Amino acid sequence: MGDMKATRAAYGEALCELAEKYPQLVVLDADLSSATMTKTFAAQYPDRFFNCGIAEANMTGIAAGMAACGLKPFTDTFAIFAAGRAYEQVRNSIAYPGLGVTVVGSHGGVSVGEDGATHQMIEDLSLMRTIPGMTVVNPCDANEMKLAVEALINYDGPSYLRLGRSPVETVTDTADGYSFEIGKGVTLRDGKDITIAATGLCVQMSLKAAEILSQEGIDARVLDIHTIKPLDGDLILKAAKETGVILTVEEHNVIGGLGGAVAEYVGSTFPVPVIRHGVNDEFGRSGKAAEVLSYFGLDPETVAAKAREAIKLKR
Amino acid sequence: MDRKELSVLSTRARILIIDSIHRAKSGHPGGSLSCVDCLTKLYFDEMNIDPKNPSDPDRDRFVLSKGHCAPALYSVLAIRGFFPEEDMQLLRSIKAHMSGHPDMRHVPGVDMSTGSLGQGISTAVGMALAARYQGRTYRTYSILGDGEMEEGQVWEAVMAAAKWKLSNLCAIVDINGLQIDGKTDDVMPTSPLDSKFEAFGWNVIKADGHDFDSLSAAFDAAKSEKEKPSVILMRTTKGKGVSFMEDNAGWHGKAPDDAQYETAMNELKAQLAGSEDA
Repeated sequence: MGDMKATRAAYGEALCELAEKYPQLVVLDADLSSATMTKTFAAQYPDRFFNCGIAEANMTGIAAGMAACGLKPFTDTFAIFAAGRAYEQVRNSIAYPGLGVTVVGSHGGVSVGEDGATHQMIEDLSLMRTIPGMTVVNPCDANEMKLAVEALINYDGPSYLRLGRSPVETVTDTADGYSFEIGKGVTLRDGKDITIAATGLCVQMSLKAAEILSQEGIDARVLDIHTIKPLDGDLILKAAKETGVILTVEEHNVIGGLGGAVAEYVGSTFPVPVIRHGVNDEFGRSGKAAEVLSYFGLDPETVAAKAREAIKLKR
Repeated sequence: MDRKELSVLSTRARILIIDSIHRAKSGHPGGSLSCVDCLTKLYFDEMNIDPKNPSDPDRDRFVLSKGHCAPALYSVLAIRGFFPEEDMQLLRSIKAHMSGHPDMRHVPGVDMSTGSLGQGISTAVGMALAARYQGRTYRTYSILGDGEMEEGQVWEAVMAAAKWKLSNLCAIVDINGLQIDGKTDDVMPTSPLDSKFEAFGWNVIKADGHDFDSLSAAFDAAKSEKEKPSVILMRTTKGKGVSFMEDNAGWHGKAPDDAQYETAMNELKAQLAGSEDA
């Protein structure tokens, strides 16, 4: 079993590791640096860290102005505020002028746990994906997160990066032939009977679901879709053609996120059944992270069960 | 540059504003006419800019936070030489790049895309912070509307600029007292702005927004401030220069019809002749 580490922790480490290499990198936070894990960067590079206080709209605009002057800002707050409260600032001040800001939404999804529905952002992938020209990245583990951060520093355009609160198993570091590229999904397990396309911490549970299914003789392919936009259409199309059915798994509303993106793409290229598994258009709730995930059916057993149902829809 | 020359330039800009809005059959003449004298002063006599090198990293920056007054900004940029004055004929046209609100990607000389009120001033704070981090000496200017001060984000930005002691930032509030639905004092009072800004830790300067000498003194006072961000509370008349548009909220976002256009142009051309003769 791989190491356990939250993607937010890996993100905080990556900022520090990359700071010397990229002097244009600056970090903004909104009074959550101990939760978004920018606090270490803040301590090491005080002249490159800007705590904007509890004022996410302003932080987003400040970052736009900095990017317009040649800096590479990463803004940090909870996903609910980054993509929710400051949505229109992201749209009009960053994305419309095409500025190279990475909007970082920490504590994405229901795995926030105890804080409950007000802090469990299940619409961010959808909201960010619908903005023209926006790149949306949701790494599944610590290894992938670090690679994503460096790729985004080098990406000159508007982007959104989702971080998770809870520790997750690192799986991509030992995957055969793994490499990270924005917009390119990764086949973590090959298979011919069904494709499970997952993002974020749902990748690990999908790999476990594939193990369960393999004991029943079901050969499931597992895709790690770390970039929701631009979607890796080639990989999805290949999966549709070769396995004939796709199950999407995400810690997000089933409307508009990974499931929405895959369904839209498959529907207009090579229609096969696409079953969207995630939070079924309802708000989250308090509980321990694992409990809340299971409440919404985000665990290996339920993913496996969804896969069995999905296979029945194959033509 | 003396006040006579500036007056000729700003009257030429007023003519471009009215002509382009009339041609587009939509746009915002009232607020454009209230801030165009200040814009003329900034681009011809205050800011360190070069129309031939619009992306110079050391240039002074300007953000039109009240982005609906794009016709005023575009007109001054055109007269200053960033692009041909003929381009103003394409304001708001599907055939061209001259969008209804400032677009930094397509209109030369525009430093930030704006239009959603309250957002521009935050980006100006970011520009001023970037200057400090990069060790550059450029200054950042931003014009806001007095109605715009109703947006909460403005005060987030005002708070932040004071925290970082951004003396390289100069905000200008175009106080024409009117917004779409009527008098600012009725819709949602934003005054007193002087004591509000003072309480937030800003250097507060007052000016007559249609008097170039008053504006000169205000910008000088802002530049000599070394500890705090400065705000120029600029008293103006909405629709200034076109008699029937002056101090009338109805001209916030409406184009003149053909007869009104003719009247307005006759008035402005007479003012231009008067300025040139003076």
